[in-house]
Amino acid sequence: MNAPYPGEIDRRLLNERSVSGRIGLQLQELDVPEQALPEPGLLRTDEARLPEVSQQEVVRYFTTLSTMNFSIDANFYPLGSCTMKYNPKVNEEMAFLPGMAGIHPHQPDETVQGALQLIWELQRDLGEITGLPGVCLGPLAGAQGEYSGLMIARAYFEERGDIGRIVALMPDSAHGTNPASASMAGLEVVTLPSDSEGNVDVEALKALADERTCVFMLTLPSTLGLFEPNILEITNIIHEAGGLVYADGANLNALLGIVKLGDLGFDIAHSNLHKTFSTPHGGGGPGAGPVLVSETLAPFLPTPVVSRDGHTYRLDAPDKSVGRVNGFHGSFGVLVRAYAYVRAIGAEGMREVSENAIINANYIRTALSDEFGIAADRACMHECVFSPQAQKAKGATALDISKRLIDYGIHPPTMYFPLIVPEALMVEPTETETKDTLDRFIAVMRQINKEISSDPDLLHDAPHDTPNTRLDEASAARKPYLRWQPEQNLTASD
Amino acid sequence: MTTNVSPYIPNTDADRELMLAAIGVNSIDDLVLDIPQAHRFPALDLRPALSEFDLVAEIAALASKNATPGDYACFLGAGAYRHYIPSVVKSVVARGEFLTSYTPYQPEVAQGTLQVGFEFQSMICEITGMEVANAGMYDGPTAFAEGALMACRITRRQTIAVLDAVDPRNVQILDAYARHQGIQITVIGHGDALPDDAACLMFQSPDQFGAIEDMAALAEKAHSAGALAVASVNPTSLGMFRTPGECDVDIATAEGQALGVPLSFGGPYVGLFACKDAHKRQMPGRIIGRTTDTKDRVGYALTLQTREQHIRRERATSNICTSTALIGLLMTTYLAVIGRSGFKKVAELCYHKAHYASARIDQLPGYAVKSGGPFFHEFMVECPLPPAEINRALLGKKIIGGHDMSDRSLNGMLICVTEVNTRAEIDALVAALGEIARPRQ
Repeated sequence: MNAPYPGEIDRRLLNERSVSGRIGLQLQELDVPEQALPEPGLLRTDEARLPEVSQQEVVRYFTTLSTMNFSIDANFYPLGSCTMKYNPKVNEEMAFLPGMAGIHPHQPDETVQGALQLIWELQRDLGEITGLPGVCLGPLAGAQGEYSGLMIARAYFEERGDIGRIVALMPDSAHGTNPASASMAGLEVVTLPSDSEGNVDVEALKALADERTCVFMLTLPSTLGLFEPNILEITNIIHEAGGLVYADGANLNALLGIVKLGDLGFDIAHSNLHKTFSTPHGGGGPGAGPVLVSETLAPFLPTPVVSRDGHTYRLDAPDKSVGRVNGFHGSFGVLVRAYAYVRAIGAEGMREVSENAIINANYIRTALSDEFGIAADRACMHECVFSPQAQKAKGATALDISKRLIDYGIHPPTMYFPLIVPEALMVEPTETETKDTLDRFIAVMRQINKEISSDPDLLHDAPHDTPNTRLDEASAARKPYLRWQPEQNLTASD
Repeated sequence: MTTNVSPYIPNTDADRELMLAAIGVNSIDDLVLDIPQAHRFPALDLRPALSEFDLVAEIAALASKNATPGDYACFLGAGAYRHYIPSVVKSVVARGEFLTSYTPYQPEVAQGTLQVGFEFQSMICEITGMEVANAGMYDGPTAFAEGALMACRITRRQTIAVLDAVDPRNVQILDAYARHQGIQITVIGHGDALPDDAACLMFQSPDQFGAIEDMAALAEKAHSAGALAVASVNPTSLGMFRTPGECDVDIATAEGQALGVPLSFGGPYVGLFACKDAHKRQMPGRIIGRTTDTKDRVGYALTLQTREQHIRRERATSNICTSTALIGLLMTTYLAVIGRSGFKKVAELCYHKAHYASARIDQLPGYAVKSGGPFFHEFMVECPLPPAEINRALLGKKIIGGHDMSDRSLNGMLICVTEVNTRAEIDALVAALGEIARPRQ
């Protein structure tokens, strides 16, 4: 062991703490007679080198690791496009009720009526909120909802014999999953430039929309946090060309009770329940990415959906379903949390969520746009994108500003996205933050702006007090070291 | 003074007034002028908000309409398995620092999530015998499908051969993933040759009927045709049975649910994904690597990100973004608690109990165990009556019977027995099955 130092955190891996003979759990004894073993050739010859640690060591290890995370529970987390809002605790309790967490996905429908009713109600509620009444809650995250939506579009055109529609149009501000999902769906990605205001370039869209257009994928509000002012004209252009309009619902938190996607002419959308509907992000999932469609497209939804017959609910396969996109019925535990959220918010509260999200974002935009530069100088929706090019000219990049925020206990905004904004810092405060928290954030940003002139190294070396300073990500990628290995001669293979 | 309506929204009327004034507008209406007026502020036909007290009562009432394993003896498996989840696992996963953090794009403030992910990858390598693993996929079936797509990228071939003993559900998901990429899926039997241009042979062990496959022979079969071997395995079985690594499998996937994750009506689960080191740059999903910081201290970060959608966009290895980090934490904690000896012992408990049950059921008049070959903790039973009928009768005796397989095997039922099924439960099942089969007087 190296000499300890004050403030040192014991970062040893579990296997580096392992002592032969220790156990973390007393397992029950076998209560049936021992049975004959299969032929030895079928049995594993080595042992999995799992750790041998006592129960307290496990608890202390994971507890210590947890303290090295920022989280919504402890920190302001203005991460644009991610909607890091408060995750209500009661929702966790509901998801872990034995009658919810303990039921098996293959149980006959008559034994899971409560679960099926919950799914059915949530399908209906999300259909109502978005104005897209065909809902399948199955997709396990936004990207899977997106892919499901694109499969639906393709199946729809295939049924009509309109097989030449192989283009997915999208603005250059699109999330990375949009082109990735489109390419998975066998579509050719054609990117559309945004105009100087950050809007869809309507003339360019007119020129591109034609008989090859399958879908136009649009994030609304855009990744610049702006509501597309020409939205009705845009959906009309695509429909005139015979295509469908897809809404990436990542930013739905701006639209609850404000406007319905279906009313604007969208045909397909997905919603990220782990954003708008307050289910915890879990350090990178699990999420849920329901796919929502117009009545015309509902027969193509993935399997299963829940249908109701009188007071009886059952798992169903839509007539022309595109099939199964995952093992069972979706992220049910996430759906329970989202259901609890919708019921706690109610009809009136939905609009209140989005209104406060919009006010909070505009409050930050107004306070900081002079100092940090703003991508689009007009009212934003639930998020805004700063473009600190003046700061960059002084030697402080968006990355440096982000890392310095950590020193003040604030999680960095989304950086360098959307790609069309130089030095982008995308800030989404959400409706669950207090004015005090926003005021402190504004004060911290101004303080950092002063530090750029007075002591720029404070930014370049940031963060200072975290368990790790900046990590060498280049060498991590060059020489990948991806697992614990017992030998200390850790030679990576390339 | 009015009181706020929602406990989740702190702004008071007074706060809003101050903020709108600071923004320089009179009301929220001035901030949403870009929205077509005719469609602004639609009425929502939702039920009114509930207090927390009423919310809990409503959801508890829904939960009580479900028949819950635990209250019922349960013998269902077929892709989701009931195992004991130690208290420690539930306590760790409830920590808000894990629960309410984001994907670790900012490694300095996500070392907890990242180090857990590194442990997760390490443990998957240990239990599967594979060389590298990623930080998790959505679930087992999608990991299996992504394995096939990866094999196509590596071999630059466009045909996927799937063994007919693979669960048809897995094939449906594979079809959904491969449909639009010009990939052909061919289902073949054990005796059939692989198509010449096969990118991979996909198989599952235990198979859909519970039988252990000879993975080494299947891997060899794939390799001799220039194809890769892509396996889906049951992770609990690896406490006893040969690993995909030992069998020279190229890409190994698994449903991780059995390792500490609640059944939760089918999700959220976690897909395990591992492969040979040579193929790591073609893996889908997040990968966590160990590195050092500017003070030369060990730390962890997402790595090989140029494979991913946020960098590579339409040329990414997968569209996956949000995945299942928290479920990975459940699995990692579970394996830490049960440890090296517990991992073996859980498998052995399952094995002996399942074989005890199968021997007793096989002796019942009218029932025959059909698995034929060696099995782990699931076996096929041919019943004297349609399984749906038997399962209805079992429910009356507080037993949730096996999975109805009559769509692929005459009166077939797949019965799963794990370490949580006590001898008393097994004996009750055997007695009930015997009773149900007896012709009524």
